[in-house]
Amino acid sequence: MHSVTINVDGKDYTVREGATIHEACGEVGIHIPVLCYHPRLKIAGNCRVCCVEVEGCRTLMPACVTPITPNMVVRTGSPKVMQARKTIVDLLLAAHNCDCLVCDAAGACELQKMAYDLGLDRRSRAFYVCDDELPEVDSSSPVLQYDPSKCIQCTRCIRACGEIQGKGIIAAVHRSYQVEMAAGIHQWSDSRCDGCGECIQICPTGALSEKVSSGVRIWEAEKVRTSCAYCGVGCQLDMWVRDGRLVKVTGADVVPNFGSTCVKGRFGHTFVNSEERLKTPFVRLNGVLVEATWEEAIGEIATRMAKIRDEHGPDAIAGLASARVSNEENYLFQKMIRAGVGTNNVDHCARLCHASTVAGLAAAFGSGAMTNSIAELEHAKCILVTGSNTTETHPVIATVIRRAVREHGAKLIVVDPRRIDLVDNATLWLRQRNGSDVAWMNGMMNVIVSENLLNREFIAERTEGFDEFMKVIERFTPERVEEISTIPADLLREAARIYATAESSSIIYSMGITQHITGTDNVLSVANLAMLTGQIGRPSTGVNPLRGQNNVQGACDVGALPNVYPGYQQVAVDAVREKFEKAWGRPLSPKPGLTVVEMVNALEHGKVKGLIIMGENPMVSDPNLSHVEKSLDSAEFLVVMDIFMTETAVKADVVLPAASFAEKEGTFTNTERRVILLREVLPPPGQARTDWEIICDLSTAMGYPMHYNSASDIMDEIASVTPIYGGVHHKRLQGDGLQWPCPDANHPGTVYLHKDKFSRGKGLFHPVDFIHPDEMPDEEYPFLLSTGRILFHYHTGSMSRRVDALNEYAPGGYAEIHPADAERLGLVDGGLVRVSSRRGSIETRVMATERVAEGSVFIPFHFAEAAANLLTNDALDPKAKIPELKVAACKLEKAGSRR
Amino acid sequence: MRKLLVGTGTCGLSAGAGKVIEALRNNPGEYELSGTGCIGMCFVEPLLEVRDGDSRRIYGEVTPELALSIASGADPVDNLVWSDDGRGSHADFLEKQDRLVLRNCGVINPDSMDDYIATGGYEALRMAWEMTPGEIIQIMKDSGLRGRGGAGFPTGMKWSFAASAAGEDKYIICNADEGDPGAFMDRSIIEGDPHAVIEGMFIAARAIGAANGYIYCRAEYPLAVKRLENAIAQAGERGFAQGVHLKVKMGAGAFVCGEETALFRSIEGKRGMPTFRPPYPAEKGLFAKPTNNNNVETYACVPWIVRNGVKAFRERGTEKSPGTKVFALAGKVKRGGLAEVAMGTPIRHLVFGIGGGIKKDKAFKAVQMGGPSGGCIPEHLADTPVDFESIPATGAIMGSGGMVVMDETSCMVDIARFFLNFTCDESCGKCTFCRVGNRRLLETLERITAGEGREEDIPFLETLGRQIIDGSLCGLGQTAPNPILTTLRYFRNEYEAHIQEKKCPAGSCRALIKFTVNPETCKACTLCAKACPVNAVSGQRGQVHSIDQHKCTKCGACYDACPFDAIIRE
Repeated sequence: MHSVTINVDGKDYTVREGATIHEACGEVGIHIPVLCYHPRLKIAGNCRVCCVEVEGCRTLMPACVTPITPNMVVRTGSPKVMQARKTIVDLLLAAHNCDCLVCDAAGACELQKMAYDLGLDRRSRAFYVCDDELPEVDSSSPVLQYDPSKCIQCTRCIRACGEIQGKGIIAAVHRSYQVEMAAGIHQWSDSRCDGCGECIQICPTGALSEKVSSGVRIWEAEKVRTSCAYCGVGCQLDMWVRDGRLVKVTGADVVPNFGSTCVKGRFGHTFVNSEERLKTPFVRLNGVLVEATWEEAIGEIATRMAKIRDEHGPDAIAGLASARVSNEENYLFQKMIRAGVGTNNVDHCARLCHASTVAGLAAAFGSGAMTNSIAELEHAKCILVTGSNTTETHPVIATVIRRAVREHGAKLIVVDPRRIDLVDNATLWLRQRNGSDVAWMNGMMNVIVSENLLNREFIAERTEGFDEFMKVIERFTPERVEEISTIPADLLREAARIYATAESSSIIYSMGITQHITGTDNVLSVANLAMLTGQIGRPSTGVNPLRGQNNVQGACDVGALPNVYPGYQQVAVDAVREKFEKAWGRPLSPKPGLTVVEMVNALEHGKVKGLIIMGENPMVSDPNLSHVEKSLDSAEFLVVMDIFMTETAVKADVVLPAASFAEKEGTFTNTERRVILLREVLPPPGQARTDWEIICDLSTAMGYPMHYNSASDIMDEIASVTPIYGGVHHKRLQGDGLQWPCPDANHPGTVYLHKDKFSRGKGLFHPVDFIHPDEMPDEEYPFLLSTGRILFHYHTGSMSRRVDALNEYAPGGYAEIHPADAERLGLVDGGLVRVSSRRGSIETRVMATERVAEGSVFIPFHFAEAAANLLTNDALDPKAKIPELKVAACKLEKAGSRR
Repeated sequence: MRKLLVGTGTCGLSAGAGKVIEALRNNPGEYELSGTGCIGMCFVEPLLEVRDGDSRRIYGEVTPELALSIASGADPVDNLVWSDDGRGSHADFLEKQDRLVLRNCGVINPDSMDDYIATGGYEALRMAWEMTPGEIIQIMKDSGLRGRGGAGFPTGMKWSFAASAAGEDKYIICNADEGDPGAFMDRSIIEGDPHAVIEGMFIAARAIGAANGYIYCRAEYPLAVKRLENAIAQAGERGFAQGVHLKVKMGAGAFVCGEETALFRSIEGKRGMPTFRPPYPAEKGLFAKPTNNNNVETYACVPWIVRNGVKAFRERGTEKSPGTKVFALAGKVKRGGLAEVAMGTPIRHLVFGIGGGIKKDKAFKAVQMGGPSGGCIPEHLADTPVDFESIPATGAIMGSGGMVVMDETSCMVDIARFFLNFTCDESCGKCTFCRVGNRRLLETLERITAGEGREEDIPFLETLGRQIIDGSLCGLGQTAPNPILTTLRYFRNEYEAHIQEKKCPAGSCRALIKFTVNPETCKACTLCAKACPVNAVSGQRGQVHSIDQHKCTKCGACYDACPFDAIIRE
């Protein structure tokens, strides 16, 4: 990098060539005030507060946008500059509703600070105070409001919405003195604003603010950095607390979200303040759950579990760990089940989302996690998104994808049966028939081979099994694939070419790939595609399964799976087992345990009698709910640890009140393998306790004593038995966290996997043939049903449905039905429809939309009162035991006139 | 055969030329009929020209009936405004000009490519095809042509920047977003001679290596848009495009889109707001590609220069400002219209020689040059030559050619308020100074003209005005206070009269004037009472009238109506 010399305020400095005056001065410690400038945004240069004198220039120059030139002479504080700066701020104040006394932004307001710094009191101001009639505040959005009287037209919100979020919803309207920011034709709620609040966070004044005032001045609240409790992105949040209540959430400007959040991250955490939180243990007495003491509850569990184990053996007990609680707690939970109870019957909801990823990628690469990091996506030249409705399920990652497309010119290929929002940004959209993924991926590979776009060098040096694999690929010509998948052959060819020839191509996938009876096959196909083209092992490439829940990656990592100990070490391998027997001081079962759906079946058949559920809600989340209910009802003894009385907890014999994510220390591991810290923001309500404390007491009572002083101590133990976490200790996580593998205390963590060699040595091609889904539409059930998530709610809704703003956005369930189908069946948009499958039937509202193809139906599964999982199929992938949640056959009927 | 031409520019059509040409078309005779552009004599529209052999006669204020009689051979001398034998009531209006850019306006049929070619059209382009880009640029440099949009940047140098900019895709833009109140030069050029602009663009495209171009034209100029599209299609059919694709993009009525960076954003489909330079358009302009942007009149000069040579061009105008300039004369001048004169011609020649002096022979007070961004030049500086050096020395700017003439009844404070009101309305709202600062200036002027001025207002206007000029991003903000600063410079006494004496010396600001009846001279004829729209004048025939000051709206109808000058305005 070249440097040049400039003179600032009479002194020479050597600065970076190409910098602006503002940047160059900043780098040598000279402060130039700014308002419309923000480091995350492109430069607008409109407020002029940063104006400086440059020798030889006719007018004052805005420092934020003026590039330096060699030997430039700059004056940053001359009388002319200071007078102009005062005038500008004075002018802004004159057009501003200076209601600082009652403004939420007071204390954080940049205009207020600027006025203070310049000493612009009323007596020294030249302009009379704004006496314009105050305009109306637009508070039509469920989460935010815009007060034009406080807007200084800096356009930071416009740029943030467009450049950071990639949405471009906010625009300037009118001209001149009347310029305002606006979203929507008449009001904010007419727009596609989804309430991420990026604009609020970036607004320098109180013009854009939370709709519900926190009622707290910023200096009265305490700020604690922690990790978001919703999805697997792992956004870092600053939680503002006063008097033991969470009052405000802002995005922290660090990896992976750099200040951004989604609507749930910013506005969806008020559930921690909910009056419905569990505050005492409950024990079932004469069929009724009654409040109990901790001693009574723990004692009851110990006695009943001991009885079951004595009578039926340890395998009659099972535990469901949780993708919602910390690594430390999941580790202790599986340790309690394995070493304390003596069975490997421990699993969690990862079974329902990425079991096939863990199985498939472990087989192909040797490691079942997202290969690359979130930030790398921004610079990928091609991004292939399939089976991931990223804008709704991983909103902050979707912003990275959109930036890659909008700001850096990446090509986006979306392969999805639905016209998801990312299609708006896509170069190509391939609409496959649900469940035809193996076919279209094989077809793409067929094109890549036949057009000689494969990476022969990579295949030869880095992989094995290529010849076997080729035999299958040959049969999948684009024309044959078109018959199976309905994707036009030429589109498939185009997609293959773009993906194969881009300098860096990254695949993003999620449940649309994994939740099939061919889930593992689908994942293997994804792996094949990446290896065939060598699009792996480099920055901005890779195979990137987006993990759903905040800690689903971590729960898997620390062994909450029936076949592996922490760090994916096989329970069936003697040497491994011996290591853990030594570490945990108990003999361990060599037999892999039951998976989630197998546990449900085993309960029904009486093979499992006692079940401990930590922070899961299978009564909404699992397929074929009628069957789940029957199974849970037949359990001899059911324990639920949770923060709310969920649909599952009401069935329990003992319910234990747990601390939420905001009430404890610990770690989550996000989708990019980054171990991130949770900090205690609030005290737990009532008698609620952290899960790890509960487990310690429970395990001790059941005869396997556990004692730890802190979550940090537990992580030290995890590190000692888990090679991929070998260097992970809380004290190292204070900054950006650590990405595993991190084998020792000096290892910096791993940004992307499989750099020079795959975890398993050579990458293994798997020949994968196409088979149809388990249940396809037929005459009786002619529609193809798919389920999934929406932005405004999370999973079973136990948290998000207790947040008013989120309920305002999405008050209840619905079924997306193609308008042509709706018309044919006499269904009206917003009216009621009965959706039935071979397993159950629900009534819900019709949403007539072309997002779904004709003949297809999509239902979000968050809503217990119209639970999509009453309809879904619990047929399993034979390898990963993941149920086929994404494909089922159903029928539609107009429902009664119930209101 | 005789040829009849009707001026069917927008000005002609709005004066009734449509009916004239329709009448002639419906009654065909022994003549050829054609429309033509505006010849500039807007003050006597509709115009009908008769060409008989070598003789040419132009009649003004022609009605359909009159047109038919002229067509059948009549020669109504009262309506003859110009003829090539020196007759005509306004012959000097044209004779005192030097029509280079306007050479074809009002002469040829703008929809006819053959007409254009017959005048030597597209010869310059053919010549340019034989030259290297460097040679074309050298001609432009040697000619000394400077941008006619108002800033006067040397055109040859501008082209050389875009030509040498790195990158394959380059754009050529014609700025036809003529927005100054009272300016209509570009509209008339396009309407009267669209091919000259297109040919100039083709030559520029060859010089800089651009394959694509836009003409950004106001949507309020539908006829100009139609003529341009027609001309582009014709030029393409005849093989003159040579791979250069021109498109007309209509502006949506924002004045600021005449600023080139805002213009680019508008073409790109974004909100038309100026952006900071650098990067300059020659490096990163439209769609971030190297771009050359010139004004309509500049392009129209280009073919003439190429064909007639640098020397011929430099014979006109001054050393530093060669060539001619088209002005739109408007305001209190007798002969409002388009006039083209050599650079360096004194303002007075335009106002009196061509414009025929002030309406009703009132006293000439000042001209506003350069529209709302320009400034006022008072009568005592009326001998200032119009060129890029002399005009800025007065505090005004050349601008694109709008020249609004003011007489003794024009209040200079009110004129400043009028122009500032315009710029305030048209500010894009980006920069604080322009968005809020100009508004504060306007509010102050409004107070002064309403009789609520304060002592400190004048220094306030001067200080803030200079700061706005110093701190704004684009030409709009940087020039918006000019009307205030120049009127303060030359007519400070009027401001002081408004503020200190609460009087408007020009008798124009309603809040500061009062109409009363002079009982000495009132003949009690009731004409004033009849003229008053609000019945503020009382008194019967034979009874001296009086005006109820509470009812009076200061409209001045009584003043105009009184045949005895018995109404006093003070």
